[in-house]
Amino acid sequence: MAQLDSRIPPGPLADKWRAHQTGIKLVNPANKRKYEVIVVGAGLAGASAAATLAELGYRVKSFVFHDSPRRAHSIAAQGGINAAKNYQNDGDSVYRLFYDTIKGGDYRSREANTYRLAEVSVNIIDQCVAQGVPFAREYGGLLANRSFGGAQVSRTFYARGQTGQQLLLGAYSALSRQIAAGAVQLFTHSEMLDLVVVGGHAKGIVVRNLETGELTRHAADAVILATGGYGNVFNLSTYARGSNATAIWRAYRRGACFANPCYTQIHPTCIPVTGDYQSKLTLMSESLRNDGRIWVPKRAEDRRKAPGSIPEADRDYYLERMYPAFGNLCPRDIASRAAKRVCDEGRGVGESGLGVYLDFSDAIARLGEKGVRERYGNLFDIYHEITDENAYRVPMRIFPAVHYTMGGLWVDYNLMSNVPGLFVLGEANFSDHGANRLGASALMQGLADGYFVIPYTIGDYLATQKPGARPAPDAAEFREAEANVRGLTERLLGVRGREPVSHFHKRLGHILWNHCGMARNRAGLEQALREIPALREEFWGNVLVPGSGATLNQSLERAGRVADFLELGELMCRDALVREESCGGHFREEHEYPDGEGKRDDAHMAHVAAWEYQGEGRAPLRNVEPLAYEFVKMSVRNYK
Amino acid sequence: MNPENSQKNISVTLRVWRQAGPGEPGRFVAYQARDLNPAMSFLEMLDVVNDELTVRGEEPIAFAHDCREGICGTCSLVIDGKPHGPHRGVASCQTYLRSFADGAVITVEPYRLRPFPVIKDLVTDRGAFDQIQQAGGYITVRTGSAPDANAIPVPKDAAELAMDAAQCIGCGACAAACKNASAMLFVAARVSHLGLLPQGQAERDRRVLAMVETADRLGFGSCTNQYECSAACPKLISHDFIARLNRDYLKATFRAGFKAETNSAAGE
Repeated sequence: MAQLDSRIPPGPLADKWRAHQTGIKLVNPANKRKYEVIVVGAGLAGASAAATLAELGYRVKSFVFHDSPRRAHSIAAQGGINAAKNYQNDGDSVYRLFYDTIKGGDYRSREANTYRLAEVSVNIIDQCVAQGVPFAREYGGLLANRSFGGAQVSRTFYARGQTGQQLLLGAYSALSRQIAAGAVQLFTHSEMLDLVVVGGHAKGIVVRNLETGELTRHAADAVILATGGYGNVFNLSTYARGSNATAIWRAYRRGACFANPCYTQIHPTCIPVTGDYQSKLTLMSESLRNDGRIWVPKRAEDRRKAPGSIPEADRDYYLERMYPAFGNLCPRDIASRAAKRVCDEGRGVGESGLGVYLDFSDAIARLGEKGVRERYGNLFDIYHEITDENAYRVPMRIFPAVHYTMGGLWVDYNLMSNVPGLFVLGEANFSDHGANRLGASALMQGLADGYFVIPYTIGDYLATQKPGARPAPDAAEFREAEANVRGLTERLLGVRGREPVSHFHKRLGHILWNHCGMARNRAGLEQALREIPALREEFWGNVLVPGSGATLNQSLERAGRVADFLELGELMCRDALVREESCGGHFREEHEYPDGEGKRDDAHMAHVAAWEYQGEGRAPLRNVEPLAYEFVKMSVRNYK
Repeated sequence: MNPENSQKNISVTLRVWRQAGPGEPGRFVAYQARDLNPAMSFLEMLDVVNDELTVRGEEPIAFAHDCREGICGTCSLVIDGKPHGPHRGVASCQTYLRSFADGAVITVEPYRLRPFPVIKDLVTDRGAFDQIQQAGGYITVRTGSAPDANAIPVPKDAAELAMDAAQCIGCGACAAACKNASAMLFVAARVSHLGLLPQGQAERDRRVLAMVETADRLGFGSCTNQYECSAACPKLISHDFIARLNRDYLKATFRAGFKAETNSAAGE
């Protein structure tokens, strides 16, 4: 059984991080260059970590499966990044950002981690502005803010609808500077396919060069995974097509615990699905909810009428009706579920009936079309490109889609997994968002972890490791890992079945969306737990991966990722089945209040479930880390 | 009411560049793509064609893609001779079949310029752009050393113009569209973005000299003011930034002439 020591520092909440930093072991500057650190992934968390560690003097190797570190999917984040700067003088504070985040997460995250996140948020904005991130400004030249879902203050910093892009390019530029200085060695088109554990410690990885198929072994004193979330397990999501769980899943198979896999976020404002060929769903930034009003017809028979012909009196602005205090700005899980509910009632709009209106006519009346264009122009353009509809004239149609995963590898306060030497940052870990993430907090967490947490906490581990003592990459454990990867590649290529990889990915996505999506119940989860292993067996008997392993082979890449999703999907359902409560993005139909809101079970479920791999064909072990709330009272979330 | 469902399905012929590997000879191969929903994206059509090829026992077409929402800059198709296809201001992934007529013959090629060699089929190596960034496309700021974010006001107009330039997604369409294979729009976007902000002033001369010198060294050509670049740019970045780049470059060269030590711009 894994030892799960969260290593939360003692003392008052507001002092924990500073006290911990003061007490952390330091690495002598002359020794830093003797340590090699592997960073997998170069999104916000990975790029900021690699750059900062290199600035400190560590030797860093950065691995990305993309052709350039600037392509990571952080780049697609639209709306903004939260920080408790209180520049708007509207009563914001570190405590309030912390409180909103922990409440938004439905009291399923760690107090200490979440507080630290809020605390370092202010440093992130300073850092990014100094790097040249062109945040929106007021006429006086100072930074502008906007409000965002789940918050009643304006604390979100933004760069038009491309905040993630600008923040990532900031981190990418910091990384580029270190590459030029020779402090970071960059490996592009390089996918990590196994973690190497030596003597119980993570000491390296096995990597496949996606252009040549060559496998290489890389040894290091510590390994950092910043490889993002696993939402593509659903096939259709707002993730990039290449986003995958392979790095964290292979680490799981090497002993790292996987925490809360059932906590997935379904984002309320995405463009609805149009057909079976569809490869991805496009997000319409949540910021649209600031000025757009969400509605469906009051009567199901009106759902096919042109929206303009439905009089005010016959429209149901259901979020404003159900949640008068937060209205259209209520948190994502709540807004998504409400959309599902009105569509289940037969009032959904659009061809499929799986859509609701996001209407800007009031905003246009108030601000003028020019005003709306200034705020959201690029989003309206995206909508037009995809749907061929002009949202200045007719309301947008939106529907929830998989957007983020709160679950991920288990980490302690130092962001180290239960495998010593293995650190996990950003969306790939589980630590800060509980059962639901608030808008504009993913960018905050990625950069907090990379710029301001790991540079300190990694020292606490490295100081215990003798400099220069890392194993050689031809040690037995490395050779075994390489053979494992080679075997898997051959096995995938060798099936020579009849169906392409996409066939299995789509079917897995359907199972999960139906049974482990916005609403879950025992019967559905049990059915999924029968269907997924059967589908996995079919995959290994009937998948067709053309070509060879010695060249660029995109089918082979995807096959490996889908093979992992077929295992991860089962773990998600398992986790969802055991979690007999509703919390945040995990909604169990058996556990709801009469008004349809999710019902937590704090007496039995106020804990992190950290699943531990037990080997092929054996049920994983469910470890538990209790969530002790010392400073905040767990209460029923109320956005009414 | 809903246009994507009111149009009937279409069929097209694709002429696709197939090339087994770097330096290998390539050729066009024709494929039929049938019964396609016009709401389908161009890349989704390639997905469908690839699944059909796979099932037929042929090797699928390699093409670069990732976010499929026009922001990561990975996709890089030349469709009927135009980088990113027929529409202005979108990436290949945001090109939809409703833009093509039923029965159309569509030619699909990789970027063709020496600094971006073909890796396979429609995938090219754009590492040269990363090297240009590494030469100086940054502001030197150590993590933790930044002053308060509001310490230095930035005029709204400057921030907006900087953002216009900063939108560059690094896709390489500008260089691919240019008859000289010039990377000037790409370099200009970065140089202008950072040069417009007060934070970017300290390294302004060094940055422009190093980035231009690196682009030259990597084999990108010079600008002869045809503006194919901004016409192909999925973010419609204006060629006005090239004028700004030229001004910056000239001033930096002039100043460097008086200060020999800033001449070796690429060094740390």
